[in-house]
Amino acid sequence: LRFSARKRHLICMLRLKKQRRFTYPKCPSGIRSLQFYLTPPIENISLIEFESFAVDRLKLLKVVENLGVSMIKGTALYNQKLEAELKTLQFPYHALLENDYDRRRKDHISHFILRLAYCQTEELRRWFIQQELDLFRYRFTQLSEELTKRFLAYVNLAYDSVSTWVSMRGHERSLHKDGKNIKTSGPLLITSISTFHIQVPFSDSVDLVRVKRVYFYGGYAYVPQQDFLVILLNNYRTRLSKALAITARSLPIIQTDERLQPLLSHLSHAYVGPDYSIEKNIGKISLEQIDALSVKSFPPCMRQLHKALRENHHLRHGGRMQYGLFLKGIGKLDADKFDKGYAYNIRHSYGKEGKRTDYTPFSCMKIIMSNPPGQGDYHGCPFRHSDPELLKQKLQSYKIPPTGISQILDLVKGMHYQVACQKYFELTHDVSDIGFSLNHPNQYFVESQQLLGGVKEMKKEQRQPENSQPKYSNQKSVTTNSTLSSSNAPEEMELEGLEDYFAED
Amino acid sequence: MADYDSGSLPDLLPLYYRRLFPFGLYGRWLRYGDVTKNYFQRREFSFTLRDDIYVRYQSFNTPQELEKEIQKMCPYKIDIGAVYSHKPIQHNTVHMSAFQAQEKELVFDIDMTDYDDVRRCCSSADICSKCWTLMTIAIRIIDRSLVEDFGIKHRLWVYSGRRGVHCWVCDDSVRKWSSTLRSAAVEYLTVVKGGGETIKKVVLLENIHPFIRKSIDVIKEYFEEYALVGQDILGSKESYEKVLALKNHDSLQRWNILKKQKFSKTPVRSLFQFSNLTLQTKQRTEWEIMLQYCFPRLDINVSKGINHLLKSPFSVHPKTGRISVPIDLKKVDEFDPFTVPTISQLCHELDTIKSDEVDGKENGGETEGSRRIRDYRKTSLAPYVKVFEQFVEELESSQRGERLNVSDMQMDF
Ligand SMILES: [Zn+2]
Repeated sequence: LRFSARKRHLICMLRLKKQRRFTYPKCPSGIRSLQFYLTPPIENISLIEFESFAVDRLKLLKVVENLGVSMIKGTALYNQKLEAELKTLQFPYHALLENDYDRRRKDHISHFILRLAYCQTEELRRWFIQQELDLFRYRFTQLSEELTKRFLAYVNLAYDSVSTWVSMRGHERSLHKDGKNIKTSGPLLITSISTFHIQVPFSDSVDLVRVKRVYFYGGYAYVPQQDFLVILLNNYRTRLSKALAITARSLPIIQTDERLQPLLSHLSHAYVGPDYSIEKNIGKISLEQIDALSVKSFPPCMRQLHKALRENHHLRHGGRMQYGLFLKGIGKLDADKFDKGYAYNIRHSYGKEGKRTDYTPFSCMKIIMSNPPGQGDYHGCPFRHSDPELLKQKLQSYKIPPTGISQILDLVKGMHYQVACQKYFELTHDVSDIGFSLNHPNQYFVESQQLLGGVKEMKKEQRQPENSQPKYSNQKSVTTNSTLSSSNAPEEMELEGLEDYFAED
Repeated sequence: MADYDSGSLPDLLPLYYRRLFPFGLYGRWLRYGDVTKNYFQRREFSFTLRDDIYVRYQSFNTPQELEKEIQKMCPYKIDIGAVYSHKPIQHNTVHMSAFQAQEKELVFDIDMTDYDDVRRCCSSADICSKCWTLMTIAIRIIDRSLVEDFGIKHRLWVYSGRRGVHCWVCDDSVRKWSSTLRSAAVEYLTVVKGGGETIKKVVLLENIHPFIRKSIDVIKEYFEEYALVGQDILGSKESYEKVLALKNHDSLQRWNILKKQKFSKTPVRSLFQFSNLTLQTKQRTEWEIMLQYCFPRLDINVSKGINHLLKSPFSVHPKTGRISVPIDLKKVDEFDPFTVPTISQLCHELDTIKSDEVDGKENGGETEGSRRIRDYRKTSLAPYVKVFEQFVEELESSQRGERLNVSDMQMDF
């Protein structure tokens, strides 16, 4: 399905002819169950199969995502669960099986179908790449030594190997390549002795550079051999993201197809929950009212940000983004004003003009996985980004009973941050099972409000069942507005104050 | 010395841009030898005008055009952005997705407010000569790594005009870096991790990376004078406890014993002399403390975006009136932010020159440009322009080398 030839293939695919089975193209390396997906499939496929393949791969990628958040990647348990899932969904799960033609075919085709659905926005691309990379990582680690070699030859990643050692006298260093001394002077960089390193350009080793797992000299990274998988993943990431960019450019052609378009759009919406950016203004509210609300119905990440804002009268960029979008999402910050003021400023100072779609409230995944808080920051997920000792103190100050605290801390230790937050919800709302799986701060708020308001509303408004829609539905609540209108002037002043905090300085 | 008053900016800026701003060198810098087609023309500039009016996507065909516009608009602040696929001034006429930021210098922004939890002398926007040492350490650590680890040649370090420093990395290859590469470089250069909710922000592994080891060597040169004497981090119970908290081992007892001694000059290591930790662990803990207190804190968001704007060198800081001047790396220890000239001081100096010259001979027929060169040479801006000049000349000499290489290769054919 490469796009130079895309149109023809798609048309072929959609002719819905009776399927003819070709000999499945053999990977140059001979490894059929693991590939970089460099060549698109060239066969006709029925629309039904098209859809079922896509849905299954999406299920698989969702499993990969969930396992990645709740477990340490690469552990025995993780591998075991992933393998079980691959079996259930009929994808290749073992690199050496020779008689798994159908599975490999499904793997190949379904990958390319999801490329179509997930190339459309940066957010979708990022998600798709992340899950595909994790899937690849698992499969690669299952390869035998011989197959690993063959795979590397197939993807054409042969870097120079360099044996390195350090002269013990002073700051001298030698790097030897094929017996020749390539650099004789320079600062001491490699402190381990006589290990085998691979010399790669900076651009291929970014992930290792980030965590200082390489030695760095003169713009080249020297990578310990055992860390080569990271280089490989990086290379795959680069290729995949380029491929998705090319696919995106050709998308208008596909979007004209009436049968395909709804299917693809459905697929791409399937990976996230509801869109919490469509929330409308529920009613004006003062800072003091938010104080109370933040204690009752905010998840700890937002409660922490609100407190920091109240105490410091200022939040740094990451906090303003996370908290501002949350407030906007629950309708507590005038969406228009926010967009015009803060988001506008962000676009300007961060050069994001034109990417308005990025400004939707952050999901738990996004908060946990991206942009960890730095010096002076209060954003992030308290379960993920706090010292356990501080988290404990914080929970104590929130009046969580000691048994609850230790349950939460255990979940945090096991890296189940969202489950820990769920536990926090249960403890603060006095329910034993919340009956939903938490994946968004705005969802936390909405559920909390429903739970807290639900009892009262049931008593008050029994005669109006049609009004019991959740508050995040796309409508303005007239009642809230009118109750507040009597004291409108001071409220609005407070609100202005709030928005000022979100103006970029 | 003339005190700066922000109300006087509208009067001072025309003079500054007409007689002092080094437009000649500035243009030579940003043209990058005209190696890439329309490089200067596709560069974004943005101006902050009076009343915080912000004008983005300005671009100019020549440095002379830029100079004229700046002299006409007299911006309070000038920012430099990326080099785009099209002239930024036309960004509304090209299709949104086609208009893309392609290249920019790799920039670093180090801001003193990010050190608030480890400074005792000042907080937020305030700085003093004591905490300025943190900036000196930052420059030395980052610059060493840029040169030795990343193999970078052309760096321009600039005082931000208020409470921090910026670095512009200008090598040809680096200007092409993707945002992934940029953020990876920043993360490589980051050691202090965690936000306001983390107590211990530096944890060293068994095997200390050479980059960290070399950074520790730099910090060691300053630590006693800066932290133990200047900041007196062991001087009060509160700040002492803060240090002690970093070793996950609180002990009021130890505090009491130490209180009887003259602890303010004790090396940090002696805090642990009573404990039964191994020598290696003690060493590592001491280093972790030094790093947490002194290691540079970079703002990754500024560095990673290709299209992120950063205040231009020689722009005026509207709040302090100080000029964003380049810092001489050979004399980085001597750099004193409080002696950086303000715009009012410079204009005052100009007035003095002028009145001196009225007594002397008349200078008819001089070009504006040559008069400007003569003007700033007579003010206290001169040494800073000199630093800038050296930077531009080194840049040009490697560009000449590059062009020779290219033509040599063509000869081969
Ligand atoms: Zn200070």
